[in-house]
Amino acid sequence: MPVPLEAVMDHTHTHNPSGRRELQMARSMCWHCSSEVTGEYFCERCVKVQPVSKDVDYFTCLGFPRRLSIDQQRLEAKFYEMSRAFHPDFFQGKTPEEQTISLANSALLNTAYRTLRDPIQRAEYLLDLEAGAVKEIRTTPPADLFEEILELQDTLEEYRSADRTSAAGQQLRTKLQDEQQTLERRKTDMETHLQRLFAEWDALQDRGEATDAARATRDKILKQMREILSNRTYVKNIVNDLVATIS
Amino acid sequence: MARIVGIDLGTTNSLVAYMKDGTPTVIPGRTGRTMVPSVVAMTDNGLIVGDPAKEHLTRSPERTVYSVKRFMGKGLADVQSELAYFPYTLTEKGGVIRIQLGEKTYSPPQISAMILKELKQRAEAHLGESITKAVITVPAYFNDSQRQATKDAGMIAGLEVLRIINEPTAASLAYGLQQRTQGTIAVYDLGGGTFDISILKLKDGIFEVLATNGDTHLGGDDFDRLLADVFIREIRERHSLDLTAYPDHMQAVRLEAERTKIRLSDELKTLATIELPDGKGAFTREVTRDQLEALAMALVERTLAPCRFALKDAGLTPAGIDEVVLVGGSTRMPLVRRRVQELFGKQPHCHLNPDEVVALGAAVQADILSGGTTDMLLLDVTPLSLGIETMGGVMSSLIRRNTTIPASAKELFTTYVDGQTGVDIHILQGERELTKDNRSLARFRLKVPPLPAGVPRIEVTFLIDANGILNVTAKDMRTGESQSIDVKPSYGLSDQEVERMIEDSFKFAAEDVGARKLIEARLDAGALITTTEKSLRDGSRLIAADVVSAIRAALSALNTAKDGSDPKAIRARMVELEQAAKPLSVAMVDESLKQALHGKKVTEVT
Repeated sequence: MPVPLEAVMDHTHTHNPSGRRELQMARSMCWHCSSEVTGEYFCERCVKVQPVSKDVDYFTCLGFPRRLSIDQQRLEAKFYEMSRAFHPDFFQGKTPEEQTISLANSALLNTAYRTLRDPIQRAEYLLDLEAGAVKEIRTTPPADLFEEILELQDTLEEYRSADRTSAAGQQLRTKLQDEQQTLERRKTDMETHLQRLFAEWDALQDRGEATDAARATRDKILKQMREILSNRTYVKNIVNDLVATIS
Repeated sequence: MARIVGIDLGTTNSLVAYMKDGTPTVIPGRTGRTMVPSVVAMTDNGLIVGDPAKEHLTRSPERTVYSVKRFMGKGLADVQSELAYFPYTLTEKGGVIRIQLGEKTYSPPQISAMILKELKQRAEAHLGESITKAVITVPAYFNDSQRQATKDAGMIAGLEVLRIINEPTAASLAYGLQQRTQGTIAVYDLGGGTFDISILKLKDGIFEVLATNGDTHLGGDDFDRLLADVFIREIRERHSLDLTAYPDHMQAVRLEAERTKIRLSDELKTLATIELPDGKGAFTREVTRDQLEALAMALVERTLAPCRFALKDAGLTPAGIDEVVLVGGSTRMPLVRRRVQELFGKQPHCHLNPDEVVALGAAVQADILSGGTTDMLLLDVTPLSLGIETMGGVMSSLIRRNTTIPASAKELFTTYVDGQTGVDIHILQGERELTKDNRSLARFRLKVPPLPAGVPRIEVTFLIDANGILNVTAKDMRTGESQSIDVKPSYGLSDQEVERMIEDSFKFAAEDVGARKLIEARLDAGALITTTEKSLRDGSRLIAADVVSAIRAALSALNTAKDGSDPKAIRARMVELEQAAKPLSVAMVDESLKQALHGKKVTEVT
């Protein structure tokens, strides 16, 4: 009897607005007994663990929609639940094949959880999924910070060569501490802006419109997110450098 | 599934435990002691381990190995600064330290294997079954080479090491099982030679490590050394005697320093006594707790920075820690407890036996692996970042420290020159920017088909398994074919070497059994001699003179046999002595009964 098309579709479905999402498996056929896999992580017939497809994205892996706001409690609960299913500790007495699958599944699950748990990493990952390109690494200061950063670099240079115990050294240090606070504020502002963009993105996805206008909005949000994320990374690195110098 | 035991392979002491009806239990030895000193001595009658070997520390220091854990997975250059402290000779072969004992040299895993074998035999004797599988604990901050060396030690001892588990996390399993705690805990583990701090989240049976940090070269040994240095200096000043020329007395100083430190955990002052060589009498000195603490302060402070780093990596402040758990013998020091309490702002939990909790946790993990315990799961992390060397000697990080394991990372490699047939890959571990500041783990050469530059695409997968040990695999993306990789460890034994050591260990097993029987016979003979002599002193007046002389003759015969090397002869003389002394014990029992009837004790009459 042919398998109904809908059932097959459902199985490989990644965006399912009804809430609960099935974990996408590498094959719909069990690697061991060749029967159709209907269970979430295990073949219901032979009870063998099934490999999670390498092509599955982290959102799908953990059963979450591609949104930027995630309920941390639910994410953690899902991670624990899946860890209990896949962790190598529970496969010690099993076949080498099952042990290999358990190891690969656990490693993928751990990466997926680590990425989605952190809002910044989550956004960078989503950007990568939606817009393809990896995050760009900034080597020059963002335009609106250009003057400020150049001056800071000079002060840092001066402080590094100055006698730190002298009055001049102390003065430079105070100046750098002020600068650090300013930059930290900048970073917080960027994060607030990001939060707004995250909400816009999620709202847009929830509406699920396929119009030209919706696509334009989508591209605009992604572009802004990319810009702010890369500026934020730049500022973060500068602050780290600054802290390392004065502490 | 065959039984799996849990082993705490410590710097100073080692223990073996198993799950007994749902409760982790430490297995005691013949004398009832649960700890086996991690000491191995080469005697004229073969290798001996544990308590009997400890006696050789002062008798034949150059042939008695202690604190071998400090050398696991290390090269000679790593321990250069402390070579002077060890009375035995260390050399190096193939990036691995070798210890000279008599005419042979042994790698640290071989020495550790002897301790493991002792524990294995102890478990087998107690449980009455063959033991071939174990979970062994290591400091959380152990790198890949040190973990691999521990696994090698297990193999050489004839144990399949099913899991290498971190000591503080093992402790948390035992603690969690007992206390049923939920929340965030910090495990502060200061042992004989290593320090670890781990921060965990306990929730519904999941033990999730959030961050770990430590120092694999900081422990009780270092406190002893500071105190020993004071003694040596004062002996030089007071007696114009340089003890460093006397390895046996150096060991005596080290052991007295350790005992002094231990006593000062309960007392405010104590007297240290050291016998001097060449009939120069004894050195005695009062040591106060304040003096010890002044010496130890800097070392204890050194444990606090890793604590702060771990908190930061876990994204927590001290206020976010619900409980602090102390593990390791060195946490008995009041100074340690005080500083830990000050850092975390709460009284640390110390109701568990800090010496046994790690072995108990290993037994819990063993039970999880054998399917006995199903409601608990440990999610541990890798303590150090893993990366590869890139252009300009810079380390490019692939897996960050404190990443939950198993963890994997993929990297795509290609060629820069037409027809290039190989790419050299250098794997590193550590947190520093430059290759030279990090630990070199291994090197391997990736085979590439000869094609124009940039065309080959080889995907290399770096996988850290649940033991925290690295596995590397490669795949040619163009053909989809896997490639086997011969990874050459920078500081480890090769597979062939481990194979040979396993064979050797079987060969020597027969000799070891002989040596073991002799030692046990000698110990038992010693005990019998002591009690018989005491009985003679107390009760010789109760028996005839010829019986007394018969006992004395049997005593001296046993003493002679004890100095020999035939355990059977010793056992035979013991039986003879027991026979000869029988009238004496009978007479003494009668006498005490008689005295009891008169309401008086023997001692009161004489």
